[in-house]
Amino acid sequence: MSELELRQTTVEASAEHLGPRRRRMPRAGTVLAVAFVAFLAVATVAPSLVWTQDPNRIAAADAFESPSLAHWFGTDESGRDVYSRVIAGTASSLLIGVSATLIGLALGLVLGVLASFGGRVLDFGVGRVIEVLFAFPGLLLALLVIVVAGPGPVTATIAVGLSTAPGYARIIRGQLVGIRSSHYVEAARVLGHSPGRILARHLLPNALVPLFVLATLGVGQAIVWAAALSYLGLGAQPPAAEWGAMLAAGRTYLPTAPWLTVFPGLMIVGTTIATTMLGRALTRRGREGR
Amino acid sequence: MPLLDVAGLRVAFGDHEVVHGISLRIRPGECVAIVGESGSGKSVTARALLGMAGAGARTRSDRLRVLGRELGSASERTWRDVRGRQVGLILQDALVSLDPLRPIGREIDDPLRIHERMPPAARRARVLGLLARVGMPDPEFAAGRRSGELSGGLRQRALIASALALDPPLVIADEPTTALDVSVQARILSLLDEIREAGTGILLISHDLAVVSRLADRILVTRHGEVIEDGTADDVLRSPREPYTRALIAAVPTERPRGTALAVATSAPAAIPGPPPTGVPIATGSDAPERPPLLRFDRVAKGFSVPGGRLLAVDDVSLALRPGETLGLVGESGSGKTTVARLALGLTAPDSGVVLLDGEAWSSRPERERRPMRRRIGAIYQDALSSFDPRWSVGRILADAASVGARGTGRPAPRVEDLLDQVGLVASVARRRPLNLSGGQRQRVAIARALAAEPDVLICDEPVSALDVTIQAQILDLLDRLQRRRGLAMLFISHDLGVVRHMSDHVAVMRAGRIVESGGTEAVFAEPRHPYTAQLVADAPRLTP
Repeated sequence: MSELELRQTTVEASAEHLGPRRRRMPRAGTVLAVAFVAFLAVATVAPSLVWTQDPNRIAAADAFESPSLAHWFGTDESGRDVYSRVIAGTASSLLIGVSATLIGLALGLVLGVLASFGGRVLDFGVGRVIEVLFAFPGLLLALLVIVVAGPGPVTATIAVGLSTAPGYARIIRGQLVGIRSSHYVEAARVLGHSPGRILARHLLPNALVPLFVLATLGVGQAIVWAAALSYLGLGAQPPAAEWGAMLAAGRTYLPTAPWLTVFPGLMIVGTTIATTMLGRALTRRGREGR
Repeated sequence: MPLLDVAGLRVAFGDHEVVHGISLRIRPGECVAIVGESGSGKSVTARALLGMAGAGARTRSDRLRVLGRELGSASERTWRDVRGRQVGLILQDALVSLDPLRPIGREIDDPLRIHERMPPAARRARVLGLLARVGMPDPEFAAGRRSGELSGGLRQRALIASALALDPPLVIADEPTTALDVSVQARILSLLDEIREAGTGILLISHDLAVVSRLADRILVTRHGEVIEDGTADDVLRSPREPYTRALIAAVPTERPRGTALAVATSAPAAIPGPPPTGVPIATGSDAPERPPLLRFDRVAKGFSVPGGRLLAVDDVSLALRPGETLGLVGESGSGKTTVARLALGLTAPDSGVVLLDGEAWSSRPERERRPMRRRIGAIYQDALSSFDPRWSVGRILADAASVGARGTGRPAPRVEDLLDQVGLVASVARRRPLNLSGGQRQRVAIARALAAEPDVLICDEPVSALDVTIQAQILDLLDRLQRRRGLAMLFISHDLGVVRHMSDHVAVMRAGRIVESGGTEAVFAEPRHPYTAQLVADAPRLTP
């Protein structure tokens, strides 16, 4: 190869390779997700800062107005501002989603640890319980809980949490069984560490990290399920501005006033996407290390 | 006409050029070897010669002729015609190179079906003929097996058969025996030798000079993507010009006496001081029998349930490991070596017999009592990376192990920097994660961890078999030095005879769960009494051309 050609190669190559150098910069999607979650946080803690008017102010004359500068997301059948109601509903929707996921995770953790450390009999028993729970559609299971405990946002949350638990339990059990036979756990045993210490320092952290992303997805799913319960009138009750209840209420007017359902729906989708992206970004950072 | 004629081959990934102008030529019946450490550009070169350097790779060459045809700017379609028909490729790991879901007969049939117009019956006969040619016992039966159902050696044969299916005049073999046991390796090498005798040209890629010396007519030594030495095998091995080549040759542990450093060694080996390299191992002196063994196996047996019965992995094994002594344990994979290691570490309990630590019960103790004693036996594994918690930094790993030692000995825990320093790593490594270290660095961290708990016994299970020769030499030197300084008793397990011979005072040869021969290292290797040992010694690749 001549020297000229060689130099050409080098120049081309260096121009081409500028891209991946900028790795350290956070991705645009991550920035958007952070912004969205921050906005949700404000709406949860201090909704009055971001809403444009009282979410429950009725103005019959303004009913069914399509989105405009005055009413960003339009108005509903009583003339209430949909944007303000969506903001007002953030707290309860998020609370339901997050606490239901936490309940599911906690239950799943208990079941998973029992199954993987409780010996063969317990593993078999827990395994069958998980399968029976799986056999019910999640919503049906939640309905069962509500039938027993009575309707309301708290029972709806517990019900949703309970119905997500078997999935988490199964994943945690699989993770724990895999990690328990890993070489690094063996290395910890060889050093003479106690089982409790190995569980706390190696098994649980390594089993739970992959669950983190799943749980961020789960928050969105839990919101949707809670919304479904509210839609059936078993979760948040009508005057409350919860996203699911708003979806349910707007359904009747879907052909004429789609904004009643589209905007609360978009909020649910947006929340799910944002939390998932954040979860991914966090695990990515954890993996790349310092 | 040469089968392969390459000049000025360059491969770059982005702005990073990894191969800087390699030239080589292979004639029929000739074997040319490219030797170098990982990262020296060997494998990329091999792939570039098949037009498969990979996504994002840019290949340039002044000349790239296969069977006289210029392929420098050949299209993918042209390359497909070249691969398999004109150039066969044999890769290192047959388990990943063969589809696990298809019988190997179908895999070998593939190139025939794609490139040749042959009736199915003729193809079938051809497949069986190929399997017979590569020495597959019972070709009919083997053709119906999936790759996972065959042993490593048979799998490698199947892979060679598929590379030879179209009778290509040129075969590229990329580390064809690296994952294999010595005896299997010897058989694969003689198979390649036969192919070469029959007139096929072979390009052999390897990091192992001993393997290369067995086959190659010509050797190219590469480093950082450049050929630094090129000559006939005799010239390169007998009178290497480059210091790097000399270091590579010196790193081969075979027949290098215990106590001689393997790394560096650029001066005459005789000048290196060390204990007497003759057949007088340290612990067999007149006072040796008085020193009680630290770790003792007394008629230990351990079996596992397998489909259709019980497999005795360890069968009536008795061993004694004395302080300051290294006991080498050799044998093929599946001979029970690793089970011995697990028994010694108290990770599994024997079915019968006992393991004693310092004269006290070890294997028969309940785990609760054994736990506080565990720090006395340290372990180093083949795959260092998987023995570290992926979430932990090197510093945390070492501090954790050091705290165990401190609890056991009552002395203050050694500092992480000191632990890293004694294995030749700089303090800043503490902040890194093992994933971001090289193979040699990882094994150093593993050694540091094992020593942090201040053990009396060190169990090393294939500690260097995943490493390049030069790195292997450094790690072996390090282990040897640390063992001497601390007077450790070391159980050194390996399938590599050369490594065991270099490291051990005593050696035990294992086969099918039994120890077939044991004794002083030189005595066993110089005059093996058991035919199996003799076979192993004969099969071990050695440098002498």
